[in-house]
Amino acid sequence: MAERTAVLGVGQTKYQTTRGDVSLPGLVREAAYRALEDAELGWDDIDAVVVGKAPDFFEGVMQPELFLAEALGAVGKPLLRVHTAGSVGGSTAVVAASLVQAGVHRRVLTLGFEKQSESNATWALSLPQPFSVSINAGAGGYFSPIIRQYMARTDAPELIGCMVAFKDRQHALRNPYAHLQQKELTFDQVVESPMLWEPIRFSETCPSSDGACALVLGDEAAGDVSTKPVAWVHGTALRSEANNFPGRDEVNPRASRDCADDVFAQAGITDRRAEIDVVEMYVPFSWYEPMWLESLGFCEIGDGWKLVEQGATHLDGGDLPVNCSGGVLSSNPIGASGMIRFAEAALQIRGMAGAHQVDGARKAFGHAYGGGAQYYAMWIVGADKPE
Amino acid sequence: MSADPSVPPAALSGEVRMPEKLADVEPVRSVRTPIRLEYDFVPGEASAGYLNAFADRKILGQRSPVDGAVLVPPRGVDPRHGAATPEYVELPDTGHVGGFCVTRLPIPGRDDLEIPYVSAWIHLDGADIGFLGLVAGIATSEVRMGMRVRAVWKPDEQLGRTAENILYWAPTGEPDIPVTAAGTNAWHAKQAAKEQG
Repeated sequence: MAERTAVLGVGQTKYQTTRGDVSLPGLVREAAYRALEDAELGWDDIDAVVVGKAPDFFEGVMQPELFLAEALGAVGKPLLRVHTAGSVGGSTAVVAASLVQAGVHRRVLTLGFEKQSESNATWALSLPQPFSVSINAGAGGYFSPIIRQYMARTDAPELIGCMVAFKDRQHALRNPYAHLQQKELTFDQVVESPMLWEPIRFSETCPSSDGACALVLGDEAAGDVSTKPVAWVHGTALRSEANNFPGRDEVNPRASRDCADDVFAQAGITDRRAEIDVVEMYVPFSWYEPMWLESLGFCEIGDGWKLVEQGATHLDGGDLPVNCSGGVLSSNPIGASGMIRFAEAALQIRGMAGAHQVDGARKAFGHAYGGGAQYYAMWIVGADKPE
Repeated sequence: MSADPSVPPAALSGEVRMPEKLADVEPVRSVRTPIRLEYDFVPGEASAGYLNAFADRKILGQRSPVDGAVLVPPRGVDPRHGAATPEYVELPDTGHVGGFCVTRLPIPGRDDLEIPYVSAWIHLDGADIGFLGLVAGIATSEVRMGMRVRAVWKPDEQLGRTAENILYWAPTGEPDIPVTAAGTNAWHAKQAAKEQG
């Protein structure tokens, strides 16, 4: 049986457009220190380090994990790098957890980061290739046709996406680490913001952020001696699929469904909406909230937008609060964004989410996706030790 | 974790002292260092076959040996099964629009594109996956999933071994394909039709 694994500490930097006061090493060290402080541990307690970030050509630093080894206290220790595009923060946490679950290491530091101010992600994602025309404008250009398909399939009201965006920006006001803090923002302003990748409006897209997020994971003994509440890992899953093949369901990819089935089965969860108290899912474009609600089985196919419309995913009064931290729509240091979802799920379980805490959260779902909606990472954490 | 993100971790809160001679020097916050990499693209067999034919206004796909699915551009392999796809199929330059995006921001290196423009997944007649193309010759608000289109090619003397040979895809005026059988739905619609004989 796998070793029980706990989240002992969480560390985040403030997410913002430009962290001009720190270099890449400074940025990651800040998150790592915060995670160690939270876990009440020191560098010597860490057995291995697992790092994730988006593709190297974003910042133009090749294999940055090597030059960040000292900043991450990894010299002389096993150091592993994970690559799964935008889902990487989640995949990285899953890989780190597997090292503890397998009994390879007792305590692992894992970290995701991005310094978007030193890169240009939109154009890094639009590299010309001889066999394809150069007309795809970044991730928004890629996901817009998929969102259009979802809208056509479900006949969802046109402003569902705006409702998601407005909700997440309201949530962000309750998270001091969130990048966008738009206190004056109104729903009408979201609706009236310009179309960038029709049907995606400017206000329905994520910002470009600098930031890093770190977790300290430990085995059962480490979890037992923690003086603070820990979040126990109840399930982890990864899946991927090719981004173009005959009959591919781009709106609800099989890799997403299979990944969800796997992680919920591991956690022994049968009624997903009833048993999960809070969800942190990867929503870089607003419409992905209803799309993932369906794909992840929190509702029937075609009903995702109804949960949004009913306010079911709102922190105030919703029965399935989604992205209480403000989500990717409010902070997007790409390589960290998946890990932030996993970290926020753990904070909710530990009762440490502050003003965006869901009272009494016992089971939380963390989710990340990447590439052409083709890489998936998920975990479920709980307040009780898994059986 | 610290509730206040503006409070640095204790271990990082020490004072940083600059050498005396640097006290009055303006600190460097960032340095821009543009980098450029020139390279020759050496296509594999399938991409080379595709690009060579494309320079002669021919669109080549490859047929999957597993179930006959036609893949374009050909990559030498069926991504579902990992099976090699040695058989080439010539495809017409007509098809329909699957998913599409009306883009309202400029792309570096494509100053020729008027904003807004429509990028679309073009599903060629006889192909079972889409590839990206520009749709023009119609108001952006009139573009539809399932709309029939035909390629508008560059003049012969401008053709080369590049995907840019097709300037854009223009509507043919034929009736639309139903959305339930368009784009990525086309494959499933075809399988269902097969089963019904």
